Amino acid sequence: MSIDLQTVKKIASLSRISVTDAEAEAMVPELNNILGWVEQLGEVDVTGVQPMTAVIPNHQRLRDDVVTDGNVRDKVLANAPQAEHGFFAVPKVIE
Amino acid sequence: MTELTDLTVAEIRDGFRAGDFSAREVAEGFNANVAAAKALNAFIVETPEKALEAADAADRAKAAGEALGALAGVPIGMKDLFCTQGVQTTAASHMLEGFVPTYESTVSGKLWAAGAGMLGKLNLDQFAMGSSNETSYYGNVISPWRRNDGGNAALAPGGSSGGSSSAISARLCPAATGTDTGGSIRQPAAFTGISGIKPTYGRCSRWGIVAFASSLDQAGPMARTVRDNAILLEVMSGFDPKDSTSLDLPVPQWEANLSSDLKGKTVGIPKEYRPDGLNAEISAMWDRGIEWLKDAGANVVEVSLPHTKYALPTYYIIAPAEASSNLARYDGVRYGQRDLPDGAGLQDMYAATRAAGFGPEVKRRIMIGTYVLSAGFYDAYYTQAQKVRALIARDFELAFEKCDLLLTPTAPSASFALGEKQADPLAMYLNDVFTVPASLAGLPAMAVPGGLDAAGLPIGLQIIGKALDEQTVLNASLAIEERAGFSARPDKWW
Amino acid sequence: MTESTYRIQGATGEWEVVIGLEVHAQVTSNAKLFSGAATAFGAEPNTQVSLVDAAMPGMLPVPNRECIRQAVRTGMAIDAQINKWSRFDRKNYFYADLPQGYQISQLYHPIVGEGQIAITLDEKNPETSTKVIGVERIHVEQDAGKLMHDQHPTSSYVDLNRSGVALMEIVSKPDMRSPAEAGAYLSKLRTILRYVGSCDGNMDQGSMRADVNVSVRKPGEPFGTRTETKNVNSVRFVMAVVEHEASRQVDVLEAGGKVVQETRLYDPDRNETRSMRSKEDAHDYRYFPDPDLLPLELDDAFLEDCRQSLPELPDAKRARYEGDLGLSAYNAATLTADADTARWFEALLAEAARIQKKGESDVAKASANWLLSELYGALNRLGKSLEESPVSAGEGAELLALVADGTISGTIAKQVFEIMLETGDKPGRIVEEKGLKQTSDTGAIEAAVAKVLADNADKVEQYRGGKEALFGFFVGQTMKAMQGKANPQVVNELVKKALG
Repeated sequence: MSIDLQTVKKIASLSRISVTDAEAEAMVPELNNILGWVEQLGEVDVTGVQPMTAVIPNHQRLRDDVVTDGNVRDKVLANAPQAEHGFFAVPKVIE
Repeated sequence: MTELTDLTVAEIRDGFRAGDFSAREVAEGFNANVAAAKALNAFIVETPEKALEAADAADRAKAAGEALGALAGVPIGMKDLFCTQGVQTTAASHMLEGFVPTYESTVSGKLWAAGAGMLGKLNLDQFAMGSSNETSYYGNVISPWRRNDGGNAALAPGGSSGGSSSAISARLCPAATGTDTGGSIRQPAAFTGISGIKPTYGRCSRWGIVAFASSLDQAGPMARTVRDNAILLEVMSGFDPKDSTSLDLPVPQWEANLSSDLKGKTVGIPKEYRPDGLNAEISAMWDRGIEWLKDAGANVVEVSLPHTKYALPTYYIIAPAEASSNLARYDGVRYGQRDLPDGAGLQDMYAATRAAGFGPEVKRRIMIGTYVLSAGFYDAYYTQAQKVRALIARDFELAFEKCDLLLTPTAPSASFALGEKQADPLAMYLNDVFTVPASLAGLPAMAVPGGLDAAGLPIGLQIIGKALDEQTVLNASLAIEERAGFSARPDKWW
Repeated sequence: MTESTYRIQGATGEWEVVIGLEVHAQVTSNAKLFSGAATAFGAEPNTQVSLVDAAMPGMLPVPNRECIRQAVRTGMAIDAQINKWSRFDRKNYFYADLPQGYQISQLYHPIVGEGQIAITLDEKNPETSTKVIGVERIHVEQDAGKLMHDQHPTSSYVDLNRSGVALMEIVSKPDMRSPAEAGAYLSKLRTILRYVGSCDGNMDQGSMRADVNVSVRKPGEPFGTRTETKNVNSVRFVMAVVEHEASRQVDVLEAGGKVVQETRLYDPDRNETRSMRSKEDAHDYRYFPDPDLLPLELDDAFLEDCRQSLPELPDAKRARYEGDLGLSAYNAATLTADADTARWFEALLAEAARIQKKGESDVAKASANWLLSELYGALNRLGKSLEESPVSAGEGAELLALVADGTISGTIAKQVFEIMLETGDKPGRIVEEKGLKQTSDTGAIEAAVAKVLADNADKVEQYRGGKEALFGFFVGQTMKAMQGKANPQVVNELVKKALG
């Protein structure tokens, strides 16, 4: 599979990374090069192989239902580019 | 008299306890070295006051006859991927410039609790994505090593933990933390003639470490000796209920059980790691390593890891896929940079913020990851990669039926000049060819220096062990360390 | 089982509507799904937020056992397959209420598989109006935060208090065929969740929201293109959405257009649905297993604990009320429609049986009638819920016992109940203090009857002349003379006797 300029732009948009036309054009061969290389995986026979789920055998532990956190608004907002009245602020969203 | 800054972690620890010197003297010595080494660009933030504060606390505790932590009196460097409370944490990105965590990562917290002091936050490849430290927003780290050809080409310290490797080999700190996703501890260690171990996935908590690829990221120590690595790893490891993938197991006494006697151990030599065209000096070093391990009493057998050639492509699907999602949180809303063009809406702000905040390699990987997860491609790329990953892990399991550990090169070459591979991402990715397979299988693996190549640059060896068997990895590395007698150090030019 | 006959009459003939609901139900838990922050409703903005919920760098999720347990219990309550092996996946998209840039959900391996819910459209005729709606799956996922748009002219504000609260997404099959079925399904689901205790069902506070999938087709044809109307938060609105969306689609199709598969919003003020500004890329969520979490493996002991902790469920309870207690289908349905009502009724029943030393089935009808007519009537008047009832189940049982043993008549009981509501006094004490005990003293009653007949000699004549309807008049006058305290049966007998 090889990707074109339009696909690169679509991926950039999905990734929320704005790219200029020139940047996108430069990325086309670059990404194709990498993707072409990883596509060699397609030749591996994986019949009957389950995808890896846990790299080291381990069980998902579950927490007790106890409130142990929160009430740290100052910490939560400490690094916010724009915080007002205890909220994070973002450009107005029209829904 | 030996400079205090030439001492190992064990020597500092023991000398401080014996009263040979104060912790403050040690901290001041390293602070001075750090301050004098700006040319290496190893640190993003220097924190001499933190080092002194911990040293003074250690001195006071000692004077009062209080119990001393395992690292009392030892200053270290902290890779700037670990969130440190009150100290800027950037992951070497513009995105997180100015970000001051209100929390401390589990691993760094354990180190401070053991008495270690922080010399500063070490430079790295941006979001740990890179093998040469050239992707840092704060400028590339420069290796203290130079070729013996009389030229002064600036060399790569390896990556992503290049600030750590450079600082240790230049005696700016006796040890440092690293993180390893596909070789980010081992390859820089090899490039700079030091040791570093990536433990079994799950030994060290990932809580508070800026995530790159969750199923691969693992913290570990870097230092000049195997013993020092054992000392630090004991402190850094341990179950953390805040990390679902943390292993709920006791931490072995790795230092106390160090032994370079390998009688009864079988070393596997994976034949797939010797491809046609393998650098002759690397190949020769590997042969020397085999002899050293035989000398230490081990049997040596050839083993096969048939899916080795697929490890890198597998890694370059899984790691970017996870990264594309892990890095989605950098959106300019809650922390870090925000780029808000005039009249921009929310989604425009995201796109502008992320375009300005991420470097080219990070963007490249996010885009690859986004693509391989996108509708219609998920199974062909991601699911296939996770299946191949299972096969790679099975290769190791089968090999370990015949042996106790594996010996391989760490990197396919010695350090290269900065800029040499930057233009070709693929060529850069190939640097991790020997380190990535163990990462995919979650296995403990260590880099240990073996000697210098003809250009006078360090080259090293890698020991890969069974899951949870860090002890054998450390012991075999110690056997190599003793026999290699690696004592070269870069001439100070900075 | 029943077939819906609901049809929309279009210009080109009849249309059938096909409905599926995706219900988001907030799991009842103290702490969030993956963090230790509290879930309580109505806190100050961003106070119930941990660093995990705010997706600070390096923060990691650890699942809350209770949330998993509640999802499993809910699955068991709808006879669903419980998957002992499930996984959390990441659903990736960018929005200001989604700090991680992904929602942790379950796409590929949900915790609960197929189940079913029986709905009844006419509670008076359950046999002919019950239908089984299939449930496709239940999965557990994180809620998002909240965006506020009206606080600032150029900014929206983000509150992450809800971010990371556990939700169950309960996905029905497209088995509903009318607004009434959709409404009944949502009501029944709410009833079950409240019985199980896995969700408080509080739709005003957003504890339950439904995404309503609607399509139309000519009967017998394949499914049409559906639209999804998001976040509908009441049974009434769900029914309205189905009605409006279905007729809108019929209009579109009959005008020669095509229904666009899209997300829509319901505007309750205008009672219409409208297309949401379509979110770019909204359909490429790039789901993949969350690498911060391991597969969720449930052992038999965990499942057994879930099963053991399930209460009697509404269908079983209703059958028991009808079968064992002999209640009418309608009363049984009404009393079991809500867990709190059933709990109140059962307390009343137990107390009434105990005081009267009878079996529960012997006192069930009187108890049910009193609760549904007297108590409900009074609560309606007072604008109070059953939980706020000024009269306790024990006091109600005492009142019923006084009627049952003949101490007071039903008429007096109504008076006593009014006094109970007003004063909070016990019924026994009221009867005692106000002298309301009914009398069976034949002498006093005979005297009263004699006086009534004497005072109304003309009417006695008419009665004897054949106007037998006047009998009730004499009884009434006697009761009045006795201030209502005469035993009505005795009065009847004595009036009859006196009139010869």
